[in-house]
Amino acid sequence: MSNKVFEILQPGMLTTVQDLGRLGYQRLGVPAAGAMDQFAIKMGNRLLSNNDNDAALEATFMGPSIKAISDTIIAITGGDLSPTLNGKILPMWESISLKEGDTISFEGPRAGIRTYICIAGGIDVPLIMESRSTYLRSNIGGYLGRSLQQGDILSSSTPNKEVVKGRKVSTYIVPSYGGDVTLRVVLGPQDSEFTEDGINTFLTSKYVVTSQMDRMGIRLEGTEITHREKADIISDGIMFGSIQIPGNGQPIIMMADRQTTGGYTKIATIISIDIPKISQAQPGDKIQFDKVTVENAQNLLKEFEETIQNAIIDPSIQTDSFGFIPPSIPDKDPLEQLVVDEGVIVADHMGKRYIITQKDGIYHIPINKRGKLKNFDITSSGTSYQVEI
Amino acid sequence: MVNTVDKDIRWLPAGDRGLVVEFGNVIDPDINRRVHNLAQSIIESDLIGISYIVPTYRSLLVEYNPMNQNFDSLVNALKTLLNGLKEGKTIAPKLVEIPVIYGGEYGPDIDFVCKSSKLSIDQVIDIHSSANYLVYMLGFTPGFPYLGGMNERIATPRLKTPRTSIPAGSVGIAEKQTGVYPIESPGGWQLIGYTPVNLFDLAREKSVLLEPGNYVRFVPVEESMGKKIRTEVTEGTYEVKTSHFTP
Repeated sequence: MSNKVFEILQPGMLTTVQDLGRLGYQRLGVPAAGAMDQFAIKMGNRLLSNNDNDAALEATFMGPSIKAISDTIIAITGGDLSPTLNGKILPMWESISLKEGDTISFEGPRAGIRTYICIAGGIDVPLIMESRSTYLRSNIGGYLGRSLQQGDILSSSTPNKEVVKGRKVSTYIVPSYGGDVTLRVVLGPQDSEFTEDGINTFLTSKYVVTSQMDRMGIRLEGTEITHREKADIISDGIMFGSIQIPGNGQPIIMMADRQTTGGYTKIATIISIDIPKISQAQPGDKIQFDKVTVENAQNLLKEFEETIQNAIIDPSIQTDSFGFIPPSIPDKDPLEQLVVDEGVIVADHMGKRYIITQKDGIYHIPINKRGKLKNFDITSSGTSYQVEI
Repeated sequence: MVNTVDKDIRWLPAGDRGLVVEFGNVIDPDINRRVHNLAQSIIESDLIGISYIVPTYRSLLVEYNPMNQNFDSLVNALKTLLNGLKEGKTIAPKLVEIPVIYGGEYGPDIDFVCKSSKLSIDQVIDIHSSANYLVYMLGFTPGFPYLGGMNERIATPRLKTPRTSIPAGSVGIAEKQTGVYPIESPGGWQLIGYTPVNLFDLAREKSVLLEPGNYVRFVPVEESMGKKIRTEVTEGTYEVKTSHFTP
């Protein structure tokens, strides 16, 4: 069932309907399109008990102004474009209930440039080749194949029954966008077409994001990367995050609306979990590339996927000012819930098992944060705990 | 299993979710055939964790989900598929007939092609429509075929200034290549004709008419016949002629 939910009062700079992309038709020359920041749209959908691949609005730089024409629940994730609800600051990375007549607006970019307005049930537009994503260059998919305009009316599909307001994404998982970033890359597939100097330059120089950037690609500027002989290859397939180096030696990062094939040498590919960082970059930001192996990148991805499995916090759970979940039910001694399992202490919490170590009478729970371990100390006397950073 | 897969294949990483299987470094129908055979056997296989594939002139890009496959497990799985292909499983490619109205308002650049090749209009049409073109790959826009096999006598340089808008169905020549614009788009190819058939049609169950590895034959039709076909295409009653073909 479909329900009219949004009226577009002002479309903003570029607002389109996107999901995770039109995958599977690339052999026929159909670009994938889809959300530029796939992490943000995924978390927005999870806040609303949607499927990861449900469609949302992707707003760019200057966000839209939208009137709710029925009651619903939304979540805004991704870059911070200063969202407001009826003129008051609207919290991001949280499910929020909207009443008919409410207005969402954006006051301008604060960190990052692309925001996702996710809605319970997902934006309902026709599935074209199994996707709701808008591919603007060929007017395929999304809302009539185009970006949103004033007066457009959008519908949502039937929400999941479990959807509630006040659900949050753990603070420790919310990315801080903007500024200079390091992008981890796997070299190849055409790294052998570059001189040793060329590869070194690529891995040690800083590159600046230029204003030539859109959903298709982002041009960078910096020290010239030298090819062995030529910059052209017999055209082959392009990935989300492929880094092309044309004859001028300046990198072009291929993004969501990339063509399926291209004839420039590709020196490296950005690893999946780092692509959102470049999706949110703006002109002037400096980029540094850092080499990792395929195996390394795949392990990082697996760890990251595991971490975000537990990153949605239900409203019934109290968090502290850091956004962390206390490791126990507040009115009980946290150690009551600890069990000794084959010599190590294990705590079951929120369906996840934590291995706890004891040092100087303090219990340490290692929490995985983007591949780094952080220790949280629990005193045995009560519910208070300190964060050791 | 004994590994009988050729040593000349390169297995190249494209990030943490991409694998490029490179069969060579030239544009060649035999190498391209190997790309399409592997592509087809992946489609027919029950391999898990494959998001999409992009067959191109001489390589195949496979995007996979690292939660289901890692680089080595995928390479091994594809080697097994290639070994299977060596054991004699070949697929006869499809030949697709594309009717074309040549010249006049439908092919505004045909006079330029004649001048440049020093051939008459009839000769240009005859040469262009008497070859079976291999669809090496699709790209540029949805459904745009990169065709190989054009007679070099009608090779013509691109327009000096590309057109900002070329109607869908336009048949063109650029250097030694020929192709058809599936959707309205900008472009710099010399336009010699128009096909009333939709190469890309979202209303059709199979939106993209040509598949990589197909062969194409252009069949000249008179304007009146072309218009009749166009009506049938619009009404959804036109059936494109196809047959199997041994190159």
